[in-house]
Amino acid sequence: MSGLASVYRVVAGTAVQTQLQYRTTNYLFMLGMIAEPVVYLVVWQTVADAQGGSVQGITAGDFAAYYIVWTLVRNMNIVFTPYGWEGRIRQGELSGMLVRPVHPLHHDLAYFAGWKVVVVLLWLPIAAVLTLVFRPTFDVSPVEVLVFLVAIWGAYLIRSMLLWVLGMVTFWTTRVSALYELYFTAELLLSGRLLPLVLLPAWAATAADWLPFRYTFGYPIEVLAGDLTTAELWGGLAAQGAWVLAGTAMVAVVWRFGVRRYSAVGN
Amino acid sequence: MEPAIRVRDLRKTFRVAERDAGLGASVRSLVRRRYREVAAVAGVSFDVAPGEVVGFLGPNGAGKTTTLKMLSGLLHPTGGEVSVLGHVPARREKAYLGRITLVMGNRNQLQWDIPALDSFELNRAVYRIPEPEFRRARDELVELLEIGDLVRKPVRTLSLGERMKAEVAAALLHRPQVLFLDEPTIGLDIGAQKRLRGFVAEYTRRHGASVLLTSHYMADVQALCQRVVVIDKGQVLFDGGLRQLTARFSPHQTITVQLAEPGTDLSAFGAVVEAGEGRVSIQVPKAETSAVAGRLLAAHAVTDLTIEDPPIEDVIEQAFSAGRTA
Ligand SMILES: Nc1ncnc2c1ncn2[C@@H]1O[C@H](COP(=O)(O)OP(=O)(O)O)[C@@H](O)[C@H]1O
Ligand SMILES: [Mg+2]
Repeated sequence: MSGLASVYRVVAGTAVQTQLQYRTTNYLFMLGMIAEPVVYLVVWQTVADAQGGSVQGITAGDFAAYYIVWTLVRNMNIVFTPYGWEGRIRQGELSGMLVRPVHPLHHDLAYFAGWKVVVVLLWLPIAAVLTLVFRPTFDVSPVEVLVFLVAIWGAYLIRSMLLWVLGMVTFWTTRVSALYELYFTAELLLSGRLLPLVLLPAWAATAADWLPFRYTFGYPIEVLAGDLTTAELWGGLAAQGAWVLAGTAMVAVVWRFGVRRYSAVGN
Repeated sequence: MEPAIRVRDLRKTFRVAERDAGLGASVRSLVRRRYREVAAVAGVSFDVAPGEVVGFLGPNGAGKTTTLKMLSGLLHPTGGEVSVLGHVPARREKAYLGRITLVMGNRNQLQWDIPALDSFELNRAVYRIPEPEFRRARDELVELLEIGDLVRKPVRTLSLGERMKAEVAAALLHRPQVLFLDEPTIGLDIGAQKRLRGFVAEYTRRHGASVLLTSHYMADVQALCQRVVVIDKGQVLFDGGLRQLTARFSPHQTITVQLAEPGTDLSAFGAVVEAGEGRVSIQVPKAETSAVAGRLLAAHAVTDLTIEDPPIEDVIEQAFSAGRTA
């Protein structure tokens, strides 16, 4: 096996091993996480019922499908937190990574990818219960399933890159929490996390199309739970590809200057 | 022979924000920050030959860690030249990082929740160690360090000493040719310290690796190092053998005699540093040691006599205070 593939395999393996040890913690965390989409779902189903069965054409069953797929995509969205860079930079954890001949990005990507294996296993029964309770309506073609399977990893890669860039701001300043809050608020509103993007006002929906957030959340959900045209289906994947490239380029540049700074000022 | 490590006039100056205490001061600092320069390393030069084990000594804040960080590519020098195994460390080339190791006694590389063996596996992948070599290196390290059982337990369940041994094993799996060891034995009990340094000695003997070692424990230095570089305030005070260090910085030796008649006053021969039960120790200037010993033997009934250099800790202490007054 080639060198880097072997690193990915071993790191992902250690993640599975570690996170299985913390399966109870993982489960509690996941249960806590479920509360959020369930609240959104109940609200929208109530609104749909009040408006005679649907909101802008989205039925109660469509909302259920949306927010159940949401729970899987949300799990795919878990990546190394920007708050973790405080420890890496100020407490010098980065030093240990910098003396090894592999870029730490690979470590993070592989670790959180491996973690997903555990998370998806734990997620299956939750998805089953949600399905029984909220009665989603799915109308899925094999192509959509295929695109979805690619798109959730696209979402994972984009969000990994974006949050790496955000976290690396810590190279220059410790006053980052306001910036992070701003980012997470924009993400909540414009990604499809709070509500399906079709419900946004037109100008906001257009903005969401041109920002990366949608491709980390709303787009993969819509592939499975919405009714995208074929052009939208493939156009989304292309946009994801573009954002992966742009994100990787941003990581490369910010990392370069960040490490230069770290090497100048120490920790 | 090309030195493994070559350091010339190495410098590192940190710029640290200065801040006075108090609310007023912190408000002012928002407007105009004042900076102070700290010359952590201020013109250090030395070589380390292939296979040589060199002790890097100095009081807290002398600049040892800063120097090791520059040698391992973590910090960019403010000035001067460094070359290790023909590489410029600051470039952090993969080929370079694959040939060195940095062990910091207060940091850990092993993953906390899994057995060390699994972290070893990670290093195999990271350093691209071919499987047969990996197994050979791993088995050798596990045997030399006697950690066969420990490496199967999650690292978080190990004691500090056990963990440090596993850390060192992990750090050496890729058979680095240059080892930077920064306080590797800090916090360990005497027994663990001893085993670890025995191991480092054996590793360097087997694989001809060069070592730059800092430690607060002189026993480490005495057991491992043919040579020491002593620094203080970022500058080299001394570079040479331990013997020369003693000769240079300790002007005294200690003569200890066992007297046939207890209670004899020997203060005429030198400063009495210890006396009791017929056993007396006096400190004399080094140049006069043999003359004084001769006179002592002629004047008193002496059943036993030893001449000793002062403990190395004291010599180092002398070196630092000499550096300060010079
Ligand atoms: N990142 C840093 N920023 C500012 N000052 C530093 C930094 N690292 C070390 N120093 C200062 O440089 C000097 C040397 O530190 P160090 O190399 O850690 O000494 P030693 O390892 O010999 O105890 C000290 O005065 C220390 O406070
Ligand atoms: Mg230090």
